[in-house]
Parts: sequence; structure tokens; C-alpha cells
Amino acid sequence: MKKTGVCCQPDEREASATGECPGLWYDGHLGSATLRVTGQKAQPPPGCCLLSAQEVGPLGNWDLLYVFGMYTKKKTVFAHCHVSSTQPKYLNCGYAEKGGLLIFSNLSYSSEDQVTVHFINRDGEQLTTTAKEGDSLLEVVVNHNLAIDGFGACEGTLACSTCHLIFDKDTFQKLDAISDAELDMLDLAYGLTDTSRLGCQVCIKKLMDGLTVRVPMDVSDMRRQLEVGKQSKQ
Amino acid sequence: MAGAGGRAPLGLRRWLSSPAPAPRVCVVGSGPAGFYTAQHILKHHGGALVDIYEKLPVPFGLVRFGVAPDHPEVKNVINTFTQTARSERCAYYGNVTVGRDVTVPELQQAYHAVVLSYGAEDNRVLGIPGENLPGVYTARAFVGWYNGLPENRDLKPDLSCETALILGHGNVALDIARILLSPLQLLRKTDITDSSLAALACSKVKRVWLVGRRGPLQVAFTIKELREMINLPGARPVLDPADFTGLESAVRDAPRPRKRLTELMIKTALEKPVEMQAAAAAGAAAPREWGLKFQRSPQEVLPSADGRRARGIRMALTCLEGSGDSAKAVPTGAVEELECGLVLSSIGYRSLPLDPAVPFDSQHGVIPNSSGRVQGVPGLYCSGWVKRGPTGVIITTMNDSFDTAQSVLEDLQGGVLDTSPPREGFGLVESILRSRGVRPVSFSDWEKIDAAEVARGKAAGKPREKIVDPVEMLQIIGH
Repeated sequence: MKKTGVCCQPDEREASATGECPGLWYDGHLGSATLRVTGQKAQPPPGCCLLSAQEVGPLGNWDLLYVFGMYTKKKTVFAHCHVSSTQPKYLNCGYAEKGGLLIFSNLSYSSEDQVTVHFINRDGEQLTTTAKEGDSLLEVVVNHNLAIDGFGACEGTLACSTCHLIFDKDTFQKLDAISDAELDMLDLAYGLTDTSRLGCQVCIKKLMDGLTVRVPMDVSDMRRQLEVGKQSKQ
Repeated sequence: MAGAGGRAPLGLRRWLSSPAPAPRVCVVGSGPAGFYTAQHILKHHGGALVDIYEKLPVPFGLVRFGVAPDHPEVKNVINTFTQTARSERCAYYGNVTVGRDVTVPELQQAYHAVVLSYGAEDNRVLGIPGENLPGVYTARAFVGWYNGLPENRDLKPDLSCETALILGHGNVALDIARILLSPLQLLRKTDITDSSLAALACSKVKRVWLVGRRGPLQVAFTIKELREMINLPGARPVLDPADFTGLESAVRDAPRPRKRLTELMIKTALEKPVEMQAAAAAGAAAPREWGLKFQRSPQEVLPSADGRRARGIRMALTCLEGSGDSAKAVPTGAVEELECGLVLSSIGYRSLPLDPAVPFDSQHGVIPNSSGRVQGVPGLYCSGWVKRGPTGVIITTMNDSFDTAQSVLEDLQGGVLDTSPPREGFGLVESILRSRGVRPVSFSDWEKIDAAEVARGKAAGKPREKIVDPVEMLQIIGH
């Protein structure tokens, strides 16, 4: 077990027990007075300014807890996060120097939270992975680098329909209610069905263990299927 | 193709190493079509090298110059494009105008495959008298203006009138209406250009009509954008309930997207804006307003008394023949005049032919093709709007680009594209460009321009302050 501390200072990274990636154990306090995770939005430390989401830049494959904002004071970055409990968690702190920005990577919970999910890709191949409760299906695809072309173009901001997934009827009915905003974007999706949802809006729950979702065919896939059909009739 | 055993399966596996030289692919255009095509080829072919050419110094096409400033999430695709451009087997060459600095036949000498993804740089014209009067602008130019497209930076649209009229019922029309009526404090935090912001700050426009030839069931805009307009602070929607009579039942069995969109318009038309009335009664300033007018086809832009500018528009009232997407608007003989000082024509973009060596269908404004393979020209492909026509959102272009990329991959795998003669790629193009005095801009050059824009925007609390002068862009990178 490592000491607690502000895990944001680049030079305070420590090697982890698993050896995968440097990290620090978090025991409910992220260190100094400037950063206290209590489950509520923390006040920015003095001398720090809130960066807009744009300045944070592409978070890409990084798996974040609910980051409300990132503050910067010259080269040091403090991130404050809402964590759902104060149970000890292992935080992997990797950083990328992006104009002095620190980006958390691969925050992972203990293994009890793992849920198995299967994605049936457009070519019929099954992609299986484990996921944490609370992750959106988009985060699952991105974090595990699943080979689904063009998935999540707008990065989960409800500005596209590329994370469109098709559920089985039973699971579909147990999902959280769909918002107007999600419906609006889903309306533009190819191959819309009665059990379609956007992956970025559906979060993993324990009841989804063993879930199978289907990646819908897109227009070009359907055109090629028709072509194959035509050719085989010749 | 007969006897080839059918097409390759969807989702080609990574190409295994072989003694053949690496296929070199050239993509013309660095918007979503160009980047998605490049991305798909690179992902599914482990050896292909892809070079992306762009006529401007800066990349990303309509994602940078078309998507509205207040829609930053839509621009997130730039992140994945940036990853592609930075990857080992991809190179970006800006400031190269294909068709002038290097021809398509020359590119075909240098590359095994050439993909044309240069989009639609022109627009459809109204073809009515008065359309060239001051005060009339194309949507393309207006959007280019507020988005910092270099060729439109001196547009100086006249925003001194109260009523603006936008011809067209698509998302671009809604974008323009929203930019004209948005509260300035919202626009200030976006990447809209400083000079557009200054012009909008002095704007007198308080009423915007979106006019279309057909009816509510034929609108081309989508529900998210309509909802955004309805909820725009400080602006009230003006929809005539009479336009929607009987439509509730007409869409009862329609596909969900059309149904929800129509229901939202009906609901908005029937709602009485109570708060607005109360505010007006209390003496508050009249809110701005916007509305939809249907079944009106523009006949003439009417000049002011001195003939110097637009003062209104005469429109033919139409009736619909047929229904759904294929309904046609037919003039009834009746006309109507509407007073307005600003007319924006948002009736569609249009592609232009690039090079005499490339076939072009002028009637439809596309390059004739089959699944992205240009008809009659082996080794030449197309993707995006120049392939399909200028409609659709980014996902449409993404799917379409993957479709073209799939054709390229199939042709590489099936031997239709012969990669045994090695091609020089940029090695050959570079000497051609040098002989013509053209100096390309690299992706890391763009990143310097990008950094400069972000730095300039920071002071004003904007994500970036776009540089609109290509000369200035080149100066920043020392060209």
C-alpha cells in the first residue's frame, strides 16, 4: 500500500505493485488541503483557474472517474473527482504532458465490479470483454480498444449516432429511461430498431453480466450485402 | 470480377507481410471524408502508406469551417483525425491545390491509388432576378465568414436591417438563424471569429424567417437542431398552427424520426408563449423572433428604391403534388411579398469538377462512381460529398468513406490494383511542387498554427481565435 498524496504532481508518481503502470493507493483523501474528495465538487485551489473542457483536450482511452474539472497552476494540475465511495481504490496515474496537463489513466476498481459484455461486430465476430459498473458502453469499447470501426465519433457528447447498439428485448426494458436528447440523436442512426440505444448513454449495471449487444450494420455494409447477394445469383 | 469468388468478407483482417512493395495511397481533401477514408485504409491494411493533400494550409475541412461555432462537440472528431495524421504511415500536405499545383494524372503516377474527397466548394444558385443585389448572400459564404474560411473573410455582411430571410429548411439554415439570434454572451465563448462577433454585436436583425418551397413534412433539418432553436434564449418561435392542420394524424404511422420532428413543430406551433406575453406586458424589450414559412418559392429579390440593395422578396405560393420526400412544389399562381433586408440562400452546396482527367456528372454534381470506384478510371476513387452529393451529417460521410476504403482494400487484396511496380508517392510529387514554387505545409506545421490560435483565444476565453489569413498562417510556420 502506498502513501496518500496529491497524485497529480508529475514527480510524485510511484511504481505500482502490479507493475503495469505507476499508481498510488487512494484511501479517500487525495492529499493536501487543495484537493479533498468528499463526494462533492471541491473548490478550486487559490491561484488556479478552471479550464474549459476543450482545453483538457482529447481524453481518448483514459478511463476517468467523474471529473468535474481540471485546474491548473502553471505546470501542476489538480484534478478533483467525484468518487462513489471512500473504499480504497487503486488509481493509476499516468500523465501526458499536454501543455502541462495531467490526465488520469486507467482508473480501475477492484475485481468485484467486473461485468462480462459481448459485442457482436458488424462482420459477425464476437468481441468479449469485462467492464466496471458505471462505465458507459462507449467507455468499454474505447478503453478496451475493441475493433469497432468509427465507434464514438463525438466522444460521448450526444452529437452523433456512431455508438448505436442493439440490445435484446429483456435487457432493453431494464435500462434507464431514454432522454429526449438521446432519442434525437438515435433518430439519425442507421438500422434503428425498437431495442436500439446509444452506447454512450447506457451504463454497465450488475444485471448486465453476460450481456450481448449487437453493432448495427451501416448503410455501406447493407449495400455490400446486396451486392454479394446479386453476384452469387449470377 | 467473374470467377473471383465473390467479394471479400466484411472486416478484412490485417494484411500479413509479403514481399510486394507498400501500397501508396493518396487522398485529396482533409475533411471528414478524406480522414475517415485514410483511417479505414490504414487500420485494415498493415503496410499501406497514405498521404492526405489539402488546398488550404490548415486541415479538417467542414469540421473546422462548416460546423457551427456553438457545436464544439461535433468537432471532437478532430481528435481521431489528429491521431491518424500523426501516425507513422500517414502524412499530411497542406497548401497544395490538386488540379493546379499538381494534376490528378501526376498523382496517379506517384500513387497506386488516388481517392478524391474534396467535397463541395460551391453552392446551388437561385437563378432569380435580384439574387446578386447587396444584402443577398449564399449560406455557404455566410457560414464561411463566421467560421473563418479565408475566402469569405471580407464578406462584411450587412446586418443593419430588422428582418432576415433564409431560403431553405436544412440544418445549415437553422445554424445561420441561430447565429443571427443567439445572445452574444453565448457566442463570445465559442471559436466564432472575432470580426464576426463584432459585426453581430452591431446587428439590428431581430427577426429571422426560414422559408421553404415545400411543407412541414419535407423539412430537411433534424430534431436536435430544431429543439435547440426553439429553446434559444431571448428568441421566440413563430409557427403558424394553420400550416400543421391534419399533420398529427398524417405522421401517426410515419417512421419515428419524421414523426417526432413533426410533433415537435406542431407542439411549438400550438403553444402560447405565456412568459413572453407577460414579459411584453411588463414592458420588457421585445424578444427576437424566428419562424418557419412553408410552400413559398422565391421568384425575385426586390430592390430598394435606389436599386442599391435588397428590400424584400416576392415568393410564389405553392401546393404539393405527391407526398413524403418526393413531394413536388407546384406554383399556384398566387404570390406574396415579404419585406427583408438580408437574404440568405441555403439551398445546397455543390461540387465542382477538379481536373479534366476526372469524369464529372454536372447534372448531379458528383463524380460518377460505383462504391467509390470512379467509373472508367482504374486506380481512382472518391468519397464524401463529391461521391454522394452534399447532404448528410458526419456519420453519413463516415460510413460512405469506409465504403470507399473498403473498395480500395478489396482492389489491393484482389490484385485489381497492381502494387508490384513501386510508386514514389510524395517523393515524386515533391519535385513537381518545387518546380512550381509550391511549399507544402506539414501536420506539425499545422500544430504550430493550432497552438497559436489556441493561445490567442485563451485571453478572450475562447477555445481558439482562428487565423483567417493564409499569409499569416504561413508566416507563423516560417514559410
